[in-house]
Amino acid sequence: MSAPSLTLADPAIGSFTPELFAAHLASVSHLPAWWLDRKREAWARFLALPLPKRTDESWRFATLTGLKLDGYTLPPAVTPAGLGHAPIGIAKAGKLVFANNRLVAQEPISAELTKQGVIFETLQHALLKHGDLVKAHLLAQPPKQGSEKFSALHTALLADGAFVYLPKGVEIALPLAVFHYAAGAGAAVFPHTLVIAEPGTKATVVDFFRSAGDGAHFACGRNDLYASHGAALTYVAAQNWSRATLSFQSNSTVARRDARVLALNLHLGGRQSRHESHSQLQAPGAHSEMLALTVAHGTQEFDQRTLQIHQAPHTSSNLLYKNALLGSAKTIFSGLIVVDPDAQKTDAYQSNRNLMLSDDAEANSLPGLEIQANDVRCTHGATSSRIDAEQEFYLQARGIPKADADELLTFGFFEEVLSKLDHAPLHDALIGLIKIKFNPPV
Amino acid sequence: MSQLEIKDLHVSIGEKQIVKGLSLTVRSGEVHAIMGPNGTGKSTLAKAVAGHPSYTITSGDVLLDGKSVLPMQPDERARAGLFLAFQYPSEIPGVSIANFLRAAVQARLGEGEELDATGYYKRLYSKMDLLQIDRKFTSRAINDGFSGGEKKRCEILQMAMLEPKFALMDETDSGLDIDALRIVADGVNALRSTNLGVLMITHYQRLLGYIVPDHVHVMWDGRIVKSGDKSLALELEAKGYDWVKNELIPA
Ligand SMILES: Nc1ncnc2c1ncn2[C@@H]1O[C@H](COP(=O)(O)OP(=O)(O)OP(=O)(O)O)[C@@H](O)[C@H]1O
Ligand SMILES: [Mg+2]
Repeated sequence: MSAPSLTLADPAIGSFTPELFAAHLASVSHLPAWWLDRKREAWARFLALPLPKRTDESWRFATLTGLKLDGYTLPPAVTPAGLGHAPIGIAKAGKLVFANNRLVAQEPISAELTKQGVIFETLQHALLKHGDLVKAHLLAQPPKQGSEKFSALHTALLADGAFVYLPKGVEIALPLAVFHYAAGAGAAVFPHTLVIAEPGTKATVVDFFRSAGDGAHFACGRNDLYASHGAALTYVAAQNWSRATLSFQSNSTVARRDARVLALNLHLGGRQSRHESHSQLQAPGAHSEMLALTVAHGTQEFDQRTLQIHQAPHTSSNLLYKNALLGSAKTIFSGLIVVDPDAQKTDAYQSNRNLMLSDDAEANSLPGLEIQANDVRCTHGATSSRIDAEQEFYLQARGIPKADADELLTFGFFEEVLSKLDHAPLHDALIGLIKIKFNPPV
Repeated sequence: MSQLEIKDLHVSIGEKQIVKGLSLTVRSGEVHAIMGPNGTGKSTLAKAVAGHPSYTITSGDVLLDGKSVLPMQPDERARAGLFLAFQYPSEIPGVSIANFLRAAVQARLGEGEELDATGYYKRLYSKMDLLQIDRKFTSRAINDGFSGGEKKRCEILQMAMLEPKFALMDETDSGLDIDALRIVADGVNALRSTNLGVLMITHYQRLLGYIVPDHVHVMWDGRIVKSGDKSLALELEAKGYDWVKNELIPA
């Protein structure tokens, strides 16, 4: 079994061969040794871990045959001009554009923000210039929800990403935007965004995941949010990979005392997309708002797994995941609220709502609670419903054609999630992205 | 001149026959009032004419300017000039009044025609001012958390914006306070003078004091059992439905 040809054909590693890893490691050899060591450890874990199996509870309902790892490469550099970059149309405090794991364009933050100590830079830059900060937070929360193998691959092959540091008390009104592109057939990308919010900060960070062209990409990303005392952090991820893309994305949120984190994931693209979200409420007053919207078309599969862990008393979390399903699309929602024994007065809510716009679509829901404290309020629920016939008739009775009425009602369904964003241009930009999915340009 | 002609209409819900042979013709500028006890089929008539999919028309016809509307979808009927002011308007969370009305106005434009947004808002605000509806309502979701009277006013706002040829107003007066009733009546009277035809379902004579009907029809068990002028409404109010039951229904 040690012949190279057999290794190449090993489905558990697919295209991600030792040669590929060696080439990657050589390309980042200028980065700190501790980081390279972590990458080597992660690589060993990737090799050792099996692909998800039918019997894995954390992969229940997922189409495992879709998780093939072959046919991908670490893609060559591309120029920004080749991306067909569509502006998002919102004023930003700063912008980073990554394509094929490299920075290709940048709009730096203002001199004033820089003077206040804000860092909005590449991860490579941060590794070299702010090593200790990065070391304390980069990939500090191990994955727990089934994607350990893919998370290891992410660490091993992560080349660059966004680093956001908000020093104590700084508030930034406009969003910081990060674009992550995959370009060229078979491109494997490893997007990463790390946000460290020191006490009393306030900011909005937005990740846009996009494909240049409609090639089959492999995206294996991670974003980590760390919100210190009293920080108010809004994080939005708009996933719009090509329809042929296999995507893994995992999010970790840590909320300290009185921190408020709102994370909204918009899922539009990809052939098969797995998203894991892991929130830890670590100190009293911490709150995590976990939101997601998915528009599943055709044969797309979206698999979302969530974990709300209450580790301290007087913490709260509120999860609302809404899916609209068309065609013969499939969604999976599996959520777990965990309340540690001393996390009294926890207030946790979890809700998954599916709007079935097609009889052939399939929505799976696995809500769950694991409560070890006795004085808590935890509720969860999952529903699937169709367009309400009376509401549809009401709109039609005003002259709105049925298809348009259904679209209005679908956006009405989404609005409960979108309205939680208090940044109007961003709210409208997300609606714009969803509209394009419903009415693709011809 | 337009006319809405309901001819020997029979309507069922499931197996149950609700409207049992009803005929009525409304011409432009006319107001017809329909009065009748609860459960007699008034809303069923209105919704069937508007094209509600749960109501089956088993026989008869509805003609708008001589053309049957029965083959048309509800939205086509609306664009052809019918408007139903609902007795119980739907609440639609997440869809703002502004976006909704915009879609309704847009649906009436020709292929490739773009809505003039400035003109649209100007018109919307002027109608809202007339109906004394706070402009903040435009960003609120349709009927979501509206009071009973606010819902009814919002129905009339939609009617004013969409300028139908014929309006079926199903108990628009119920839930309105006295001032709102007058505001709504003034609105309807203004539209009537520009040739709106109205079929007005009501339980109360009070509304008919503000919107004086040309014809009053008494409905009973799916049929019109008596028609007359505005004095019929007064007579009905004085004598009650026992009068209808005992004297107007053939044994
Ligand atoms: N969807 C439905 N399914 C079953 N029965 C129905 C349905 N809608 C109406 N009905 C029945 O049809 C009959 C007529 O109802 P309708 O709402 O038309 O009465 P109405 O004259 O408008 O009464 P009201 O004065 O109370 O508004 C009633 O017996 C009612 O229960
Ligand atoms: Mg009724």
